This record gives sequence, C-alpha cells and structure tokens, in this order.
Amino acid sequence: MSQDTNTTSPLARTAALVTGASRGLGAALARSLARRGARVVAIARDIEPLDAVVRQINAEGGEAHAFAADIGDKLVVHAIAGAAAALVGPIDLLIHNASTLGPTPLPLLLDTACEDLGRVLAVNLVGPFRLSKVIAGSMALRGRGTIVHISSDAAVNAYPRWGAYGVSKAALDHLGRTFAAELEGTGVRVLSIDPGEMNTRMHADAIPDADPATLADPAVIAERIVRLLERPERVASGSRIEAASLGVVS
Amino acid sequence: MKPARHVRDDSLRDRLLVIDPRDRSITDARVADLPSLLRAGDLLIVNDGATLPGSLAGRTASGAAVEARLVAERAPGLYTAILFGAGDWRMRTEDRPPPPPLAEGAVIDFGSDLHATLAEVSPHSPRLVALSFREQGDALWAGIYRHGRPIQYSYIDRPLELYHVQTAYASRPICAELCSAGRPLTWGLLLDLARRGVRVARLTHAAGISSTGDPALDARLPLPERYEIPAETIEAIREARARGGRVIAVGTTVTRALEGCALAHGGALVPGPGVTDLVLGPRTPLRVVDGIFTGVHEPTESHYELLSAFAPEPLLREAHAHAEREGYLGHELGDSCLILARDDDPRGIRRLEAVARG
Repeated sequence: MSQDTNTTSPLARTAALVTGASRGLGAALARSLARRGARVVAIARDIEPLDAVVRQINAEGGEAHAFAADIGDKLVVHAIAGAAAALVGPIDLLIHNASTLGPTPLPLLLDTACEDLGRVLAVNLVGPFRLSKVIAGSMALRGRGTIVHISSDAAVNAYPRWGAYGVSKAALDHLGRTFAAELEGTGVRVLSIDPGEMNTRMHADAIPDADPATLADPAVIAERIVRLLERPERVASGSRIEAASLGVVS
Repeated sequence: MKPARHVRDDSLRDRLLVIDPRDRSITDARVADLPSLLRAGDLLIVNDGATLPGSLAGRTASGAAVEARLVAERAPGLYTAILFGAGDWRMRTEDRPPPPPLAEGAVIDFGSDLHATLAEVSPHSPRLVALSFREQGDALWAGIYRHGRPIQYSYIDRPLELYHVQTAYASRPICAELCSAGRPLTWGLLLDLARRGVRVARLTHAAGISSTGDPALDARLPLPERYEIPAETIEAIREARARGGRVIAVGTTVTRALEGCALAHGGALVPGPGVTDLVLGPRTPLRVVDGIFTGVHEPTESHYELLSAFAPEPLLREAHAHAEREGYLGHELGDSCLILARDDDPRGIRRLEAVARG
C-alpha cells in the first residue's frame, strides 16, 4: 500500500460508490477513499477517463472498479447498484457527485429550453433519487450506511444564469433532508455537502474567465469531505455542510 | 390458478391468504394487513439477494442462436447455466428446443464484450452446463448488465425490466430469479412493522431457477444453493425466542437456508456460508422457523411440498381450492400467503436450546 494509506481509518474495508468519478471532485473523492482502504466503485459516463482514474488508484495499492453509466438513465439504476454490490459487496457509502450544468454558456431561465431543465433535473435530482432508493433499501436492512449529496451554493443563492443547476441542487438538498427524516432510526444517514468553488472542468465550463488561483484544489476538498465521512455520526443526519467550514487537513 | 401476468401497481393491495393450522382457519386479507397479523417480538427474516439479469442471448461459433440462463455462481466468472436453443421467454419453457450439440470448450458469444466457454456439459443433460466467462471483474459485470435480461416465463404478458423483479432491500446480484415472497414488502410496511416491535433480519441465499424445460432436469431441482447467515441474524433469532416471538421466513429460500443450516449442524444454527439442497415436505421437522410468508402456489409445484412442512396437506388443499374460487393470482408477481405454524409450542423450547448450542 502507498505511504498515504491509513489502515486504521473507519473507512477501511467499507464499500463506497462515487458517481461522476472520472475527473474533478469525484475522481479526488475516489482517490481519498481508496487511500483509506475503502473498496471503491467509480461511476461516470465516459469509460476512458474513468478507467484511467481506476487504473491509477489500483496501481497505487488501492482498490477501485469502473462501471460506465449515465446516472440520468432509469434503466441502468439496478445495473449500477447490482454491479457495485457484486464487485465490492453491499454499499456502505454512496456519494452522489455526478452533475450536469445543462447547456453552456449558461443561459437565463427565460432562455432555457424546458427540455434542458428536464435533463438537468434528470441527472442531478432524479438520478440520485433512483439510485438512493435502491441502495438505501439495502442500507436500511443492514442498519447502517451514509448517503452524500454534493451540493452547491447555487442551491442557496439566486445566481442569474445558474437557474437550472441551482434549482436541481436546491431540490437535491431537500431530497436529502426528507430522506434523512424518513430514515431516522434505521441507521442510514443522509448529508448534503457544499464543496465550494473548485478548479475543475465543470467550473471552467460555467465560468471560463475565472482565475484558477482563486479556486480550491478538488483534492484538498475531497480530503476534507472524506475526513468528515470517517465519523459521519458527528453530524446530524439531514445536515447541510459547507466544506469551507471543515477543518484544514494538516 | 391464474398467474399474475404483469406487475401490479400497489403491492399493499395484493391479496394475502392466511392459513392457521392451529384452528384450521383460512382467512382472506391483504398484504397491508401483515402488521396486524404479527406481534411485537416476532422476527421476519428476508433474503437480501438481488436478482441477476440472468437471461443471455448468444450465438455459437457456427452461428446458431442459444439462450443461456445463469443459475448459480460457482466461482468468479464461472456459472452453472441452463442452455436453450432458439426462441425466448415468450415460448413455453417446455416447448423450447434444446441447444445445438456443443462440446466442452465451445465458445458462446453474447456480444462484442461478453463471451463464455463451455467449461462443462452435465452427464445428465446437454442443457445443464458450466459457463466460464472470458471477461473478469469490472468487464464481466459491465457485460452481464449490458446484455442480460431478467429470466421470465411465457405467462408474463410483457418484457420485464430489472426494476420489476427486485425486492426493496436487495444488494448482491446472486439470485437467478426474483425471490418473490419479498416482492410486496414496501419500506412503509417494513418500518411500520419495526415500530410495532416486529424485527426484520436478513440472510443471503442464491436462489436458483424454477424451470429448465426438461422434466428430467426439473426433477433434479433445486440444485445445491449457497447461502450465508450473518451472526447478527442468529442473535436476532435467539432474542426472538427469548421474548416468545415467532420466527417467520419470508419465502422458501430463507426457510431452506435456516432449516438446511440447522440440519447440517445437528439442530444448531452456525453463522457464515453454507450450501443446501434441502427439499422440505410433510415429514420435515421445522427446527428454526415458525411460519412462512410466501406466494400462492399450485399443489403440483415443489413450493407447495415445502408448505406441507408448515400445515397439514388437507388444510393446504382446502386453502388452495378457496384461493382458486376467490380468484387469487399465482406465480412470482401474484398474491401472498401467510402460514403461522407454531405458537407456544413445546418444540419451541427445544429449538431455543438448539440455537443456544450454536
């Protein structure tokens, strides 16, 4: 194992599923989890960059698996959940990170086609809802598990041109709160985490002129999130957390 | 009895036939009534195996069409399977032609990214084979889920999707067919049961197929099936006994795993993996389970034989006739049945001792 491996992490030998794991925050989360000994299943639409992330993790002594799928597609939900359980066992940690902005340059709502809003909701809200239904059921039967929704401050603040994405993330936040309320007492926890602005392709697609020096490194944010997830019981289920408020990793 | 031909909307409205051998009563209820039929302290045990998309359409090297139905994993990438010739689920299983003659080493192509070699052909029938997939790990599962479809039968009136044939709590895809007893259990119902003090525990049992199309092979079913019982489930059984609660198996696979485990270990339950080909019948003593929640079956089916371990055959025949008259629907998408065989039975004490030994 690499020198970064913490074999005493509570995440060691747990089964984790991360969507949108071919790049950006998703890839960084997969790496952070694998370094702690979690068995990771990485999901993304494009198999080539996904395979590259998984190969690198495995080459460094971690365990990661690739399964290519579009999280917005109803017909692959049980395929994702089934293949993941076949590869690493019943899932203990589900991170809904895959997101789409919708068309770029980002249009005003008044100029947004309803089909494009529908597509953004399909990927950012209904996809996570479907996958959570399948996996949370297995978690509730086993009496444990954590589901994470990656959120955005666009879910809270009204930014012009961020309508479709912001609406989907606001709905996803509330989906998390409602799931948490329904699953109270089952041992299944649901958290929303706002990672803040990061230097990723998604950010560049949305704001091409942004200065990367002002943006966080997704690897740093991923480490903060994964450290939180090592002790999820310290945060009330249904909470919304900003990664910026989490302790800096020394 | 008519089979249910497609998925119905609201499983809580599915009918529930309640058979009570203690007073020989037969009662019509609904699945939604299940919480009122159980008591605080009772324990429901479910099978958490997910259903595989185990039907794979393929071609032999000579171009002949075959269908493989995966029955059980023997080792990663190595599956016991049933082979059929041309056709699909729309044809009655017994009318399907056999596969073309294939020797060990023959390759079947299920798609550009999924291939298997015939590792073994059973001496009992050329339909019963072992398939060794060329792809492994991530690529194997991508291929199975890309090309596989749920195994289904001709009494169903439309193609089934994988989401039609899963329980609400399944995880590992190891069941050849839906463990249908658990199909109607919604989370609303399970959480309601929990609030009323009815615990739910789990085990994993690799349910096999129900029909091979060859009567001689059908007579050999069930093939040995793997199971795994968690230590916490055995503890839950112990606690239920101590409370005077009943252990109710959700389905025949759970029954066979628990009774098969007890049979193999001198009456005690031992945690961990095992294999069973136990067939229960009217003279099988029940060492672990007190009742069963399952589907509604024909008297000629092997599941019906298993039910006769829970209730006397005359009562089962009467219940079946009643179900026919009242229009209950059978098979995996059909109605349900609850038999509570034992309550305050002296044998319960003996079983508590058996569990304590384990």
